[in-house]
Amino acid sequence: MIAQFEDVIIQTLCRLLIPFMQVFALYVIAHGHHSPGGGFQGGCILGASFILLCIAYDTREAKRRMSEKLNEIFCSLGVIIFGGIGVVCLILGANYLDYSILHKLLGVNIPVARSLGILGIEIGVGFTVMAAMISIFLNLASKGEHEEALILK
Amino acid sequence: MRSLAFIVVVITGALLIYATIDMPDLADPHSPASTHVSPRYIEKTVEETATPNMVTSVLADYRGYDTLGETTVIFTAAMACILLLRRRRK
Repeated sequence: MIAQFEDVIIQTLCRLLIPFMQVFALYVIAHGHHSPGGGFQGGCILGASFILLCIAYDTREAKRRMSEKLNEIFCSLGVIIFGGIGVVCLILGANYLDYSILHKLLGVNIPVARSLGILGIEIGVGFTVMAAMISIFLNLASKGEHEEALILK
Repeated sequence: MRSLAFIVVVITGALLIYATIDMPDLADPHSPASTHVSPRYIEKTVEETATPNMVTSVLADYRGYDTLGETTVIFTAAMACILLLRRRRK
């Protein structure tokens, strides 16, 4: 158990910065079709916002916002979304991860269905990367004992 | 035993270096990858996938299996990190 690290400048700056980082991360994920970006990059930025919260406050503050269980659920959910879209394609009668068949489900033409399929898997990748970044940072920085983090000495 | 391993490594390395002689030059416009696969993606990606960013359409659509593998690798890394390092107090 560590005492909360009191630095008004850092904490205020991070409190201002983190919402913008998270909105930008969602923009990077959603705008991967038109600009550089996508699930991996956006997920990394989203994970970095929680890591910044860990550094500026402490591990418990970050875990209050994103609990360990929720984080693990997100990590699995991303892979499930990705694989699930593939299985939906399989059920509708196409090959695994062939998004063009999704036009039956979504009611749009084939190129747009493939575009939406790409968006779906980018969201899944983003979930997994975000959760992986957070859990790797927390476990490595505190030697697996989240309460006695060494980050703020 | 160690000298034997060293000899095997040297022979394998020499074979690999020898094999690179047959590879096309870097950024050669006449290499098979640049004459068959790349133009197909560049010409068709917008009309087939409605995605202007070619990198995204190749990553997530044409090479979807690859990305599924990458995501699984990251998932496995996170799970291994939790399983190996996390110590829960009783």
